[in-house]
Amino acid sequence: MNAIVSVLGRDKVGITAAVCVKMADYQINILDISMTVMQGNFTMIMVVDLEKMTAPFGEVVDACDALGKELGVSIRIQRQEIFDAMHEI
Amino acid sequence: MLTQKEIFATIEMIDRQHLDIRTITMGISLLSCCDADAKKACDKIYDKITRSAENLVRVGEEIEHEFGIPIVNKRISVTPMALVAAASECEDYVPFALTLDRAAKTCGVNFIGGYSALVQKGMTTADEKLIRSIPEALDRTDLVCSSVNVGSTRAGINMDAVALMGEIIKETAERTRDRDGLGCAKLVVFCNAVEDNPFMAGAFHGVGEAEKVINVGVSGPGVVHHALQSVKGAPFDVVAETVKKTAFRVTRMGQLVAQEASKRLDTPFGIVDLSLAPTPAVGDSVARILEEMGLEVCGTHGTTAALALLNDAVKKGGVMASSSVGGLSGAFIPVSEDEGMIAAAQSGVLTLDKLEAMTCVCSVGLDMIAVPGDTSAETVAAIIADEAAIGMINNKTTAVRLLPVPGKQVGDSIEMGGLLGSAPVMPVHSESSADFIARGGRIPAPLHSLRN
Repeated sequence: MNAIVSVLGRDKVGITAAVCVKMADYQINILDISMTVMQGNFTMIMVVDLEKMTAPFGEVVDACDALGKELGVSIRIQRQEIFDAMHEI
Repeated sequence: MLTQKEIFATIEMIDRQHLDIRTITMGISLLSCCDADAKKACDKIYDKITRSAENLVRVGEEIEHEFGIPIVNKRISVTPMALVAAASECEDYVPFALTLDRAAKTCGVNFIGGYSALVQKGMTTADEKLIRSIPEALDRTDLVCSSVNVGSTRAGINMDAVALMGEIIKETAERTRDRDGLGCAKLVVFCNAVEDNPFMAGAFHGVGEAEKVINVGVSGPGVVHHALQSVKGAPFDVVAETVKKTAFRVTRMGQLVAQEASKRLDTPFGIVDLSLAPTPAVGDSVARILEEMGLEVCGTHGTTAALALLNDAVKKGGVMASSSVGGLSGAFIPVSEDEGMIAAAQSGVLTLDKLEAMTCVCSVGLDMIAVPGDTSAETVAAIIADEAAIGMINNKTTAVRLLPVPGKQVGDSIEMGGLLGSAPVMPVHSESSADFIARGGRIPAPLHSLRN
């Protein structure tokens, strides 16, 4: 099962590192990653594999939320199906 | 492969344009709960509902978390209670409503619908007992919703039931006077009621349905409004295409959630109701979509045409996105629940007569409209008759949810809070319809009901 991690907010040092560490903490494997910084705004999209995830999904959602607050950005993790459903026929 | 743009488009729809799943509604058949002893019947009803829907709220919240899409309501609809209670030898049906309320609270759902009777052609003794118990039932419960079907294209309009419902609405308002007649917000009078509607207050689980079923209602006026902002001044074919594409996306999300809920609850998937259901929040209004098409204020000339286009394009876009579309499907125009409608009504541009015209082309009918407290029962009944006639002749569902607010006059407004919003009290015609309503009997079904 794949999920999409999206990060949005003001750029600063260490956002990508912190998110990657959090994923590793839960044994979530990163499959793809793309990031851009435009006019100081940081956006990152990760495709991750949840197969070996060590905690319930809800706990990871809450952990991402908490990390986002700590870093001053929004971090969300959502199952990939919702994006597929909306954008693919 | 998904692009970054697509991913952020979805996130923005949820975050800024109020995209949500309005409701997951579990329909439960209570036909197996009939019993000559009313107490036993109530026990069976409570057990069946709490057993069938025990995981509904938990699963809804799990899906919400995993997909990152808000699911605003989790609800239950049941077999029209008049059919279940008919087997019991008792005069008072209120205990059945209290049982539904208790079961809904145990399950943690937002509402339970189905304190209902279907009387389009005639009333059984049980139907009449249930209808007469509605004011007390809605006064003494918090989560129970009630509906009565008084007409259909096949059967015509039962004018005795229409007259009775005028009185029942007035009595319900009076009994809930301390709450500005709030009981009436939980009472709908239908023509051509559908059996798989997931939206309240009119949801019930039809007798043609399975033992239990999952129906999902989507929403998304904000998303449509936002999409139309990018085609300002373009011809109507472009407007229609834009609405269709947006409705497709929104419905796909509903279909996904419905399938997921059906799987996790081990309950068959019924339908996705692809409705544009507004909320009082700014940016979640159907009226603002109509205004975006070029109308200064919703309710002015052109509003009916704009709504007709919107209602049709929503269906065309949504129908391909779901394996099974049903319910009411289209654009809702509740006044109190739509920020733009409230503003238009307050400005005096949107009137009851214009709303009636709009119901010829929207998905339901006159919805959440506050009228003066001294409006007579006959006038309420006549409004119901007009609306039922539109439904009967046009082969569509129409409904009336009026709030004759005790002690309030035109110019006042009422606050109901939450999704029910606030409503300015709108004027009705003061000339009497009493002799018309006093005739009773049945308005025959139209010629086009003979289709076999």
